[in-house]
Amino acid sequence: MGGGPSRVPLMDLLTVTAQWLADPMNWQGPNGIPARLSEHVALSGASLLLASLVAIPLGLWIGHTGRFSWLVLSSANAWRALPSFAVIGLLVPFTTAIDPNLGFTLYPTLVAMIVLAGPPLLVNSYQGIAGVDRDLVEAARAMGMRERQILLGLEIPIALPVIATGIRSAAVQVVATATLGATFGFGGLGRYIVLGDANHDNGELFGGVVLVAALALATLALFLLVQRRLVSPGLSSRTAG
Amino acid sequence: MTTPATPTSRAAALEFRGVTKRYGSGEESTGAVNDLSFTVPAGTICVLVGPSGCGKTTSLKMVNRLIEPTGGQILLDGSDVMSEDVTALRRRIGYVIQQVGLFPHLTIGRNVAVVPALMGWTRERQQARTDELLSLVGLEPGRYRNRYPSQLSGGERQRVGVARALAADPPLMLMDEPFAAVDPIVRQRLQDEFLRLQRALAKTILFVTHDVDEAIKMGDLIAVMEEGGRLAQFGPPEEILAHPASDFVARFVGQDRGLKRLSLSTIADLRTEPLGRREGLPTFSPDTTLRDALSILLVADTRGGVALDEAGQPRGLVTVDAIASALADDRPRRAARA
Ligand SMILES: Nc1ncnc2c1ncn2[C@@H]1O[C@H](COP(=O)(O)OP(=O)(O)OP(=O)(O)O)[C@@H](O)[C@H]1O
Ligand SMILES: [Mg+2]
Repeated sequence: MGGGPSRVPLMDLLTVTAQWLADPMNWQGPNGIPARLSEHVALSGASLLLASLVAIPLGLWIGHTGRFSWLVLSSANAWRALPSFAVIGLLVPFTTAIDPNLGFTLYPTLVAMIVLAGPPLLVNSYQGIAGVDRDLVEAARAMGMRERQILLGLEIPIALPVIATGIRSAAVQVVATATLGATFGFGGLGRYIVLGDANHDNGELFGGVVLVAALALATLALFLLVQRRLVSPGLSSRTAG
Repeated sequence: MTTPATPTSRAAALEFRGVTKRYGSGEESTGAVNDLSFTVPAGTICVLVGPSGCGKTTSLKMVNRLIEPTGGQILLDGSDVMSEDVTALRRRIGYVIQQVGLFPHLTIGRNVAVVPALMGWTRERQQARTDELLSLVGLEPGRYRNRYPSQLSGGERQRVGVARALAADPPLMLMDEPFAAVDPIVRQRLQDEFLRLQRALAKTILFVTHDVDEAIKMGDLIAVMEEGGRLAQFGPPEEILAHPASDFVARFVGQDRGLKRLSLSTIADLRTEPLGRREGLPTFSPDTTLRDALSILLVADTRGGVALDEAGQPRGLVTVDAIASALADDRPRRAARA
């Protein structure tokens, strides 16, 4: 690893970071910030989407039927304990065997991010649905709602705040952790951190850190905004009383 | 409005025929409901009453098939509920529960319109029906239609629950302790309003409570159930109070069953004595129950009170003796519902 930044005074760090971020050279070309940002966002979005397609329906189904619910929490906890760094490293030999190019630059990070996003998506979808008052579900059934109508018209809308929280935390975790992929040939904003470290370029290193943090915060804000628009006002505590 | 949003449907007769429900199987199986048989004529309120765990809720839920009976038949207008498509069956049975079960994410208007929406009514028809029902249960549509359940009091929510159950004009309503979660004053008002509503709607209603007074007040017929899900007695309230069929029923309806009977009759039912001097005597409107009249006479410690007629004119003298002799009559008339 490169020289530790701890010996550099804070003011100098801020200055070089600001300079690096302000440099027009860093905003163009295949290693420019727009290109790296889109790589980062595309990978995060793709892994979140793929994880959602599996984990959310599975969580909804388990929550609605109550089947296999004992499996969800224990397996999700074990799953969560998998360090993304190790997952990426372990995947490389296998994925490069399948495709020497994308198997190094894309697949390991993509799969590791899907693995990372899975537990919060699964657990929150399951808990959101399982937490819906059973009397309410029975009332719906008693009024002649079919199981699908109960899930779509009652359980999901009521569970939405919990499900959305799961999606949000998965998204933020993925955006922050996708940075690790740069160690194994994936691009993204992590590339600046790897390069900055290797080149002893504190401006680039901390520029990368700032960009990742900013992207994570922007993700958080975006999902909070969407959640506020989607969740029924009847469910927010502000309308209570 | 040229076309009323209210469809006019008849009430349906309900019959339990040897209905049994056992939970579990083999050795451990326990009977929740045991060979229950009774008939509720169309347009009347039948109250299932009994101690906790005697199978009231189980009996109710077998009607709309939330619970499947182990044996026997439940007939709605003569046809077995098991023979009909379950969702179609449920959409024509209103259901009101203690917890109300309003959908928190929907407005009051959308809550009331749940079943009409399921049945594919047009938006306009749903809206007209919703407003009509909210008015019917005493909630001004303009004020309540767009609120959420969390913005209503317990009593208001309960009214919405009744409106929702009535939405598709079901010929049968199932009500499981619908007024148990509100305070006694609100409960009494909801009971009175519901009885007034029922006089106009004349639905068939199966009503569960564990409160004897509520059973007497609400029921045209009362089914007293005892532990093990057996029917202890079935009949009109007067009969159950005057002639309890067993020690269990007598104990269950209480030592004060005489007083309870008095609450079934009013001043209008009473033979009065000629009125002499009337200064200082309490007056009773025709709809005062004999129980209240007795209580007032005992407290006022006078020789009697003045019964008024509908026009507010004195009709005669009411005495404690006259009230006591009304109890001796085998069957006091039920003026409250006549
Ligand atoms: N799912 C179930 N499995 C096993 N036993 C049950 C089940 N549901 C109810 N029971 C039993 O059946 C009996 C009748 O229950 P039910 O709910 O009908 O009583 P209830 O008369 O409505 O009582 P309460 O007044 O307390 O509501 C009880 O002894 C109860 O423990
Ligand atoms: Mg019950």
